[in-house]
Amino acid sequence: MYEKRQPIHPRETDGRYARLRWLCVWLTQLVYYGTPWLAWNGRQAVLFDLGARKFYVFGLVLWPQDFIYLAALLILCAWALFLVTAVAGRVWCGFACPQTVYTSIFLWLERRIEGSRAARIALDRQGPSVRKFARRTARHLAWGAVALWTGFTFVGYFTPVRELGMDVATLSLGPWQWFWVLFYSFATYGNAGWLREQVCRYMCPYARFQGAMFDRDTLIITYDTVRGEPRSRKAANGACIDCTLCVQVCPAGIDIRNGLQYECIGCAACVDACNNVMDRTGQPRGLIRYSTGRAMASRLTRTQIGRRLLRPRVLAYCAALLAASLAMGYALATRIPLKVDVLRDRGSMGREVDGGAVENVYRLQVMNTSEQPHRYRIAVAGLPGLALATGSVADLAGTETRAVPVRVRAPHGAGKPGSNAITFTLTALDDARLSVGERAVFIVPH
Amino acid sequence: MSDFTSGFWDLYIVLLTTLGIAGCALLLWSQSRHRGPAVEAVPGNGGKGIGTTGHVWDEDLTELNTPMPRWWMWLFYITIVFAAAYLFLYPGLGTYAGKLGWQSAGAYRQELAKADSRYGPLFDKYRRQDLKAVAADPQARAMGERLFLTYCAQCHGSDARGNKGFPNLADRDWLHGGDPAAIEQTILHGRHGVMPPMGAALGSDRDIENVAHYVLSLSGSAAADPIRSVFGKGKFTACLACHGAGGTGNQALGAPNLADRTWLYGGSADTIMETIRNGRDNTMPAFGDFLGEGKVHVLAAYVWGLSNDAGPAP
Repeated sequence: MYEKRQPIHPRETDGRYARLRWLCVWLTQLVYYGTPWLAWNGRQAVLFDLGARKFYVFGLVLWPQDFIYLAALLILCAWALFLVTAVAGRVWCGFACPQTVYTSIFLWLERRIEGSRAARIALDRQGPSVRKFARRTARHLAWGAVALWTGFTFVGYFTPVRELGMDVATLSLGPWQWFWVLFYSFATYGNAGWLREQVCRYMCPYARFQGAMFDRDTLIITYDTVRGEPRSRKAANGACIDCTLCVQVCPAGIDIRNGLQYECIGCAACVDACNNVMDRTGQPRGLIRYSTGRAMASRLTRTQIGRRLLRPRVLAYCAALLAASLAMGYALATRIPLKVDVLRDRGSMGREVDGGAVENVYRLQVMNTSEQPHRYRIAVAGLPGLALATGSVADLAGTETRAVPVRVRAPHGAGKPGSNAITFTLTALDDARLSVGERAVFIVPH
Repeated sequence: MSDFTSGFWDLYIVLLTTLGIAGCALLLWSQSRHRGPAVEAVPGNGGKGIGTTGHVWDEDLTELNTPMPRWWMWLFYITIVFAAAYLFLYPGLGTYAGKLGWQSAGAYRQELAKADSRYGPLFDKYRRQDLKAVAADPQARAMGERLFLTYCAQCHGSDARGNKGFPNLADRDWLHGGDPAAIEQTILHGRHGVMPPMGAALGSDRDIENVAHYVLSLSGSAAADPIRSVFGKGKFTACLACHGAGGTGNQALGAPNLADRTWLYGGSADTIMETIRNGRDNTMPAFGDFLGEGKVHVLAAYVWGLSNDAGPAP
């Protein structure tokens, strides 16, 4: 029911796609490791303060009530992923996925410490020795250092990273902080050092539903069977000389010459390796290249492949993505950092006071979601002569929530018996754009 | 303590759980040996073989066996070990309480203790101060408002002006005394206001109506019928014992001042007649045990400050 796993030691290769992957590694990790250290307005620029339930993204302060933006962002990411996959296959997997990125980093460390592919295979087979022990220890220490830095950075998105650094330096982290730093370090170490392609092969759902997202015009890494077969080490046969370099460089341990397989993460290492060999044997490049199913079957030219790019599926994804991005951008740009909820007192329907006037009592839940203090004017409208019988201003500090009790009075005879629709309007005195209106009900007793 | 009335359910749970976990272990162990033909070459896989289970249908349909990685098996075994350890340490096997003796009530008590240690000093600071000084403190006033909105507003209204049967806390009319100490007493220990039904003592319905009009006349209300008031005055002697001379009330008993315009249940003649005929029974719950003296002190200061000029607004 189970099998022991064969460790994969991918051979190092260089080429256009390898360089592209390292560019992605640099870009993504600069953003990942660097962002927590940015400051904004005297606080960390990007901070997800779970305890206070506020997410800070530069100038934006997002409250739990703003969850819709997170949902929209995730939808955008999903659609972008679908679009990219429909066009160019698993480029996310092979170039930008954290699993690939950290595996690349850890592999790079492994190669520097333990040597090339052949050397590492030999070291595996070797019996215990001082040299082996030293190499292995060095490798794990290097991995551990990178993993700890990664775990520390991850927690730094949730706790201000500079304080976290001080706490780590003085070993005064709280128990939960210790747990999460070590947990993410362990996860990085485990995933990138040990599991590697096992994540892609057995744990990640993306591998399994790629079949649903590809179509005949998706660019995938393809071995040109027509050109390459029959493969032979002798000349005057197919272009493939069976050097098996494409198998040796594969981090997923497959042979791309067997065709599209679910294990293939689309890293294009085999493309680079084969192109190098083609150069050395004086043959044209592209025996293994990005191509489409339709192109292979119908022997299309590159221009023809390109024209298939603007097909309905791709255009539909683009349209959806554009619409959602614009909507979200507009919503964020016009977002008012003030939220008001009206809670009518349920203890009494309406209270009669001297002179026959009727009073209703409400609680205004006012949330100042900006970081500056504001003074808000409360106004009420909807019935003739309707007025506030309590104070008409409310002061709130930055990111403060307050329940403000208000009493609304209607003169005798205003409104009909039963419920009447009224509105409350709150406006910041120093910024007229910060204005929110909320509907409410005013009850006149029968 | 067991919530089960019979030992059967305890045993039932223990057996089901342990047999279930043991069954999982057995399943894992029994399936880890591979039976059937070994690896056979499958075309199109580059010469690499895939094992089969040995089942064949329709002459050439074979059931492939693609084994899961061994580390996955280890994860399954780890979950079984985890389950065993968990059920030893925590409650789960019927009425067994677990080695660590964890209880949700205990977890709640821990949370309370943590909150007390965090917020206790703040309330202690105010507890040491005189109520009037607390009422003048803007932070205490804001705390008092929040406490009031949480604990008191359901009955007394968000603006503290009360309802039918629930006193207005923002006026100067007090049933049991309006000095800071009396207010604190009220919140700590509650109050129970009882007006006995006086219908029988007064006589007929007409007598009750007369007394009601006399009561209305005490506050100079225009609704008081002068003739009925005169007849009512004579019968009012039955009320003097609690409501005092002139009906001005008795705070020691919680008997309201009938000579003002503040009516807890309504100031119409009909309502007053209902009060006289049927009596009233009103309870303010005691909040001392529930809130603790610290919170009550801040609340009392806030309530006092609603009807008295306490100091600069927060």
